Amino acid sequence: MADIKVDNVRKVFGKTVANRNVSLTISDREFMVLLGPSGCGKTTLLRGIAGLEQIDAGRIHIGGRDVTDLPPRQRRIAMVFQSYAVFPHLTVYENIAFGLRMQRLPDSEVKRRVQAAADLLQIANLLDRYPAQVSGGQRQRVAVARAIAVQAEVLLMDEPLSNLDALLRLEMRAELKRLMQEVKSTVVYVTHDQVEALSLGDRIAVMKDGAILQCDTPLKVYDYPATDFVGGFIGNPPMNFLAGRVNGDAVTAGGVDLPLPVAVRARLSNGQVRLGIRAENIEASAMPVKGALTGKVLVIEPLGSHNLLTVQVGEECVKVNTHADSVFHPGQTIRLKLASDKIRWLNRESGQAIG
Amino acid sequence: MKPSAATLRVLGRALTYALAILMALWVLVPIYLIGVAAFSEQLAVYQYPRPFFPAPFSTETMLFFLQSGGVMASVRSSVVVALITLILSTLIGAPAGYAIARYVFRGRDSFRILVVSTRAFPIVILSIPLAVTFIRWGMYDSVYSLALMHTALALPFTILITSSVFASVPRDLEEAAMTLGCNQLQAFLRVALPLALPGLAAATLFTFVLSWNEVFAAVILTVRNRTLPALVLTVLDVSPLPYRFAGGFFMLAPSLVFMLFIRKYLFNLWGRVTK
Repeated sequence: MADIKVDNVRKVFGKTVANRNVSLTISDREFMVLLGPSGCGKTTLLRGIAGLEQIDAGRIHIGGRDVTDLPPRQRRIAMVFQSYAVFPHLTVYENIAFGLRMQRLPDSEVKRRVQAAADLLQIANLLDRYPAQVSGGQRQRVAVARAIAVQAEVLLMDEPLSNLDALLRLEMRAELKRLMQEVKSTVVYVTHDQVEALSLGDRIAVMKDGAILQCDTPLKVYDYPATDFVGGFIGNPPMNFLAGRVNGDAVTAGGVDLPLPVAVRARLSNGQVRLGIRAENIEASAMPVKGALTGKVLVIEPLGSHNLLTVQVGEECVKVNTHADSVFHPGQTIRLKLASDKIRWLNRESGQAIG
Repeated sequence: MKPSAATLRVLGRALTYALAILMALWVLVPIYLIGVAAFSEQLAVYQYPRPFFPAPFSTETMLFFLQSGGVMASVRSSVVVALITLILSTLIGAPAGYAIARYVFRGRDSFRILVVSTRAFPIVILSIPLAVTFIRWGMYDSVYSLALMHTALALPFTILITSSVFASVPRDLEEAAMTLGCNQLQAFLRVALPLALPGLAAATLFTFVLSWNEVFAAVILTVRNRTLPALVLTVLDVSPLPYRFAGGFFMLAPSLVFMLFIRKYLFNLWGRVTK
């Protein structure tokens, strides 16, 4: 059992607050992704869990044990670094064996575990080489093999794929996912890449300015962002936001009245609201449609699987996904029908979601 | 006709190389001539124009120098002083270098400057008070006290070189070792030290050369237990030419060889200082 409890953790570097009272509970064998832009404190939080960074306040529990004051080696964790941190003076074999040798395991056991880890990562043919003699992608595999060989209960990964080129990253992402289902560790994975977060995580904790804005399953985070920042950070293109004004039972946005859910209306104070909607939940058509917004096509970007339109609606720009064979042209006036059950309602000032 | 950009570039490069070659010759030709004189017969030293090759090649001059009074004893003193200096300054300087490279602490930058600024006091001014103090403490005219002095002189360089050596070992590696079961000391011994070893060796060699070449403190602080440079300097004006050439070459050679080995690390150091 290795659940992780991060309780009110605070970390300050000089005048910058890297973690402002972060709390997070990660269940045993869960794959948790910490996602956020650079400087949001996600790596600091990971290093706090690893014990590489002393936290200023709060407690950290791993598997029910308070590890706040323990050094990394007593936390039963393993870590994969962004730079891989493969030891250049040791062979691939000795790199993977490093943690096992520190545990003073007998040679036969070391050999068995190194072989198993190397097989899992398909680097068994490189064991005699030095890190300088293998490629970047292979070095990455060495780093992962070294971490899983110790069979730690908790596996921490700090942007492990960010130094790989795009194609290799795609391949390694799928492989990591398969691997993590096999090793059965609790995983905390730091990344700034929202696609990586969506594809790998059981849950995603979205961070900004040292705080967690939302922590939920990938689909929930994608469909129901807790704030406008989360909606804008996750998804490609980012979520569209439109200003709306409450008008009786409805909301006027983009020149048309949209139905306003009762629960949302009850929580609105000043008649101002913001609505967020994903590009794929907007239907574009050249014909007039009842209850649809009117806009002018600015740009059409064919992306193979679909076309991405940038449409001007009033003062605002909206991104819309259309079929690859759709026939719009720039300058054309079109109608945009929003899927009303997919609209996310947000407070216009704070950006917080209402419903 | 206006010269093209390519021509100008070639011209510029040629000029740079010409200057570099000129400066190299400026330093190397005298060294070479000293070497030629040191390995010629004694009488050849007085020949004019100077021969450009030792003809015939002979170790007679070198042997004459090495067998002169006090030379072997002073070589021994020099080696002892240099070795003690090397050991002391590495023991004190390397941990200081590691601290500067790894830890952010209050006054780190001031400490760096302080370390270098110790070399700003000219030893000429310090020498009289130093000699007086050494006499008062009963430490005068001893190779061990001279080694202490050399350690003080060498420490700034040792600290700077070792800190740049340790800074070039990524911190990630030590952290990775710590997540894999090492405590801080084990992480240092198993990861940082092996990787820093070539650079540390360079730093110690540099210290050795520094002490081997140092003459001023050696002259001031010793009388009978002279190091080689101190001995050669004091007898220079009363000794024959072959003695001077052989002595010069004998003192030059180790420095040149060592510098050749460690030049990569020295470039590293200067690069960091000017950045």
